[in-house]
Amino acid sequence: MKKALTYFIIALVFSVTSFAVMANDHKEESQEEKEFDVSEMIMHHVKDAHEWHLWGPEHGGTSIYLPVILKTDEGIETFSSSHLYHGELVHIGENHYYKGTGPAEGFAMFHEKIYELDEHGMLHFEDGHVHGNVKPMDFSITKNVTSLFIGSFLVFILMFSCARFYKKNGAVAPRGIAKFLEPLILFVQDDIAKANINEKKYKKFVPFLLTVFFFIWINNLLGLIPIFPGSANLTGNISVTFFLACLTLIIILVNGNKNYWGHIFAPPGVPKALLPIMIPIEIVGIFTKPFALMIRLFANITAGHIIILALISIIFINKNVAWGALSVPMALFISVLELLVAALQAYLFAMLSALFIGAAVEEAHH
Amino acid sequence: MDLVLPDFGLLFWTGLVFCSLLFLLAKFAWKPILSAVNERGNSIAEALELAEKTREEMKTLKAENDQILKVAKAERDEILKDAKQTSNAMIESAKEKSKEEAQKIVDAARDSIRSEKAAAMAELKTHVAAISLEIAEKVVRTELSSDEKQKALASNLASDINMN
Repeated sequence: MKKALTYFIIALVFSVTSFAVMANDHKEESQEEKEFDVSEMIMHHVKDAHEWHLWGPEHGGTSIYLPVILKTDEGIETFSSSHLYHGELVHIGENHYYKGTGPAEGFAMFHEKIYELDEHGMLHFEDGHVHGNVKPMDFSITKNVTSLFIGSFLVFILMFSCARFYKKNGAVAPRGIAKFLEPLILFVQDDIAKANINEKKYKKFVPFLLTVFFFIWINNLLGLIPIFPGSANLTGNISVTFFLACLTLIIILVNGNKNYWGHIFAPPGVPKALLPIMIPIEIVGIFTKPFALMIRLFANITAGHIIILALISIIFINKNVAWGALSVPMALFISVLELLVAALQAYLFAMLSALFIGAAVEEAHH
Repeated sequence: MDLVLPDFGLLFWTGLVFCSLLFLLAKFAWKPILSAVNERGNSIAEALELAEKTREEMKTLKAENDQILKVAKAERDEILKDAKQTSNAMIESAKEKSKEEAQKIVDAARDSIRSEKAAAMAELKTHVAAISLEIAEKVVRTELSSDEKQKALASNLASDINMN
């Protein structure tokens, strides 16, 4: 207990000093540039980017420049994002964008969105939005895509080494990595899949639920690490949660049986006169379930990132290191809470998916 | 606003990566892990069932053993009882026999004693007769040493004969 307390204090001192250094960096910068904008900083960290910022000031700091892949009318264009970030910074009124150089010639990036420049080499703005410029399809390996690769690779390596243990040793008591993962895998199989889906049909959905659970959990945890290979807000990105929720919806629609569709188009025990109201409600209900899944994961993870960033921002807003004594313990507390949330949200997504699938494949028992 | 709008590029990569992850894990991880774990679970369940069955068997076996023991004990008691009876009977009969034997021996001894006695009597009688004859002869010789005595004797005898 005493040892743990010592570690805690050391960690606290370290984090205070490291953030203090950051605060000083920012202070110098803000003096020569502009006031520190909390919401812009937070949004910048929460959203996707074409670079992986490591340290230093936003412009001219150390970053990993990720490949940009664009599908234009002429074909596919690929170049490093450094040609955008190191390009010319153009200010038009309140807006500023990067004009690409070298291989990125003819493209510009405004708030991490890449547009084609018009014939005058310009972007046009209307109410703070780009207007009139062609936006090519952006298949770039962005920060989130890189994080997605890392997270998925991690999940695969973890599970593959677990599988190799059983291949090598046969059906024995687990040791090592298998000892850690087996209870979780069994938990998903028994308490999530078996508990919510018909006894005879649950086996088919176990691989999906297991993959979803571990994918969300590992990526949530990666997002909590403050520096590369973590820090990307992957599971708090609506595209990712949208895709996962869509998969659940597709599984429900493909596997929904007669009983499920019967409850939607001919709800038993409902008077005929109410059907014109009930059927649209039921149809909307098909989509609200995965929609809730999508929003829940997105909002929880993004909120976690925002809270931690906002707490750390207290130091920068007040421009005083002493505030670290308040903001760092609070951020630490929220970080620990986020560890719980990371597992909880993975569990909830898998659990609710199983529940919805279970309702879709349930046999009638009248 | 673009925080809540899906981005097509990331959507594409998520779909690609997640679907390949799902496929790879299903093939190379979930299948072997779950089959191994479930197989182990089944074998454990079987082992437990077997243990239960064995315990049940042991129970019946024990009951059987107890029954057998009980029967054996009863049998032993029976045998012991029989043996005791038999031995008692044997002792009884032996006693009887020995008594008879003894009686016989005693009877034989008695017989032989009687016969011996008779023989001895007879011999004694003969001896006595001989002795008495001798005595009588001696007496007669002395009696008949004179005439008077002869006469007295003759009359004496004659009176005796008459009295007899």
